[in-house]
Amino acid sequence: MKVFWSRFSRNRGAVIGLGLLALVTALALIGPLLAGDPWRMVQRPFLPPFQDAALPLGTDALGRDVASQMIHGARVSLMIGLVSTLAALAIGVPVGAVAGYFPGWVDDVLMRMTEFFQTIPSFALAIVLLMIFQPQLHFVVLAIAIVSWPPVARLVRGEVLGLRGREFVEAGIVQGLRHRTILIHHVMPGVLAPIIILASLMVATAILLESSLSFLGLSDPNVMSWGYMIGAARTALRTAWWLSFIPGIAIVVTVLALNLVGEGLNDALNPKLNKGDA
Amino acid sequence: MARFILSRLVKAALTLLAILVLNFFLIHAAPGDPAMILMAETGSTDPQVLAGMRERFGLDQPVLMQLALYIKGYLTLDMGWSFRRDVPVATLIADRLPATLLLTMTAFAISLILGVVAGAMAARRQGGWGDTIISTLALLFYATPLFWMALMAALLFSVGLGWLPGFGYETVGANYTGLARMADIGTHLILPATTLGLFFTAVYARMTRASMLEVNRLDFVKTARAKGLRPGRITRRHVLRNALLPIITLAGLQAGQLVGGAVLTETVFAWPGIGRLMFEAIAQRDYNVILGVFFVSAALVLVFNLITDLLYMVVDPRIRLQS
Repeated sequence: MKVFWSRFSRNRGAVIGLGLLALVTALALIGPLLAGDPWRMVQRPFLPPFQDAALPLGTDALGRDVASQMIHGARVSLMIGLVSTLAALAIGVPVGAVAGYFPGWVDDVLMRMTEFFQTIPSFALAIVLLMIFQPQLHFVVLAIAIVSWPPVARLVRGEVLGLRGREFVEAGIVQGLRHRTILIHHVMPGVLAPIIILASLMVATAILLESSLSFLGLSDPNVMSWGYMIGAARTALRTAWWLSFIPGIAIVVTVLALNLVGEGLNDALNPKLNKGDA
Repeated sequence: MARFILSRLVKAALTLLAILVLNFFLIHAAPGDPAMILMAETGSTDPQVLAGMRERFGLDQPVLMQLALYIKGYLTLDMGWSFRRDVPVATLIADRLPATLLLTMTAFAISLILGVVAGAMAARRQGGWGDTIISTLALLFYATPLFWMALMAALLFSVGLGWLPGFGYETVGANYTGLARMADIGTHLILPATTLGLFFTAVYARMTRASMLEVNRLDFVKTARAKGLRPGRITRRHVLRNALLPIITLAGLQAGQLVGGAVLTETVFAWPGIGRLMFEAIAQRDYNVILGVFFVSAALVLVFNLITDLLYMVVDPRIRLQS
């Protein structure tokens, strides 16, 4: 852990990223308790920022508190990013692990499937999925997971394939351990580091994807998110540009922070891993 | 080489077939069938009309038969009917496809050229101020949502400064012809193509930088230096050529994102391509159009992947020898 920290903190960007991420996370965790209802009308519409001390970021087209919307949006963005990444890992890790551990037809079938999902345009697929299912929060998470698991499967497969030929696996087989036991208890712990690195970058991608989907009106209409705010403010771009500007900055900062942390993790956990792969 | 291309073509065809099957079952997963949706809209409750419509659309057939009909339709370029616009989906897409091709290809060219040049410049002096600026910008653009970048570009360059048109494909009502029309379309293309390209510029710049720094350390570069070749020549002829290989691979992988990004860019800039068509179809819940665009965009990605495979063979003689 000490080595980890010293390596991580050597990357200045990663430390800045971690600080920014901590800030956004704190906002997402504590903020909604303090901020008011993001859906309620509190002032005249289109109140510019810094005019009213009680409403530091002004109001939107319906006179709702933008600052409160930003804070609630932080929770939604981070949560969707995190949960959909976990869901993508839940699909990608088993697929990749099994494919890497059982070469031959199992590997072939699983990798063809992975390749298929990697080839088709992911954003278009997410749109199609959300059109067919209803745009509710859990379907948004599911759609993001369905389009983002293939890189996980490929990464895990490669790592497992590399570890499979090692002596400790042979030792396990000779000892009469079941393949499942060897795979889960002996091989998978060695794959954990690259998975963590990839996952941190995937959270960033998932946040971008969610914001794009809700910008198009394909996210849950009952949930306040940054992408939704930009989509709703779009028609007022000429008259109230700040309504689109502010949430966008929040997305950039959060995604940037996650990418920086991901790079720091990469330096700290796996100096060998090629940055281009992630 | 012919065998390699043939195997790629077969694979592409199988992928398209799989997408059709996926599309078909997705429609069936949707609540209600097209006949019921249309019935609900006309307000009719006559079961005979419903049965008639089901028969007309082939919905009374067994599922596998319907799937066969669906695939057969696509093989003959019949992608179904847009019930909202009352025209065949294939016609709609064919009308819009050229605009999307123009946009994505321009964005691709911009991002590749700009990205490789920027990455090469950053790699030339690692840690220098040029590297710092380029790397920071790349990191920033990499984290910026495409649709937001498009909005802000429109706000700044079109609404604010008034330099460039912020929406549409050409000036409405100007009726330019020939060169004047091309120039008009060109000015309309600048904002959408640049914003779509910037995200990928960041991707390519990062990749080129990393890749060139890696190749720089290899022995043959030392040999070239020891021979006394000029640094510029080493960079261009020896390092860049080898560093380009992973970038071509990446370009193939990015194709899908490029097409997906077109949906957002075209939506913001009212660019009349298939991405905008998809956005309009979302609002109208026009399933056939959405699935049609999805299919065509996947086909575009496959064509694009085929091109990058061929490009790879041109650049890397090792691949040619293997096959």
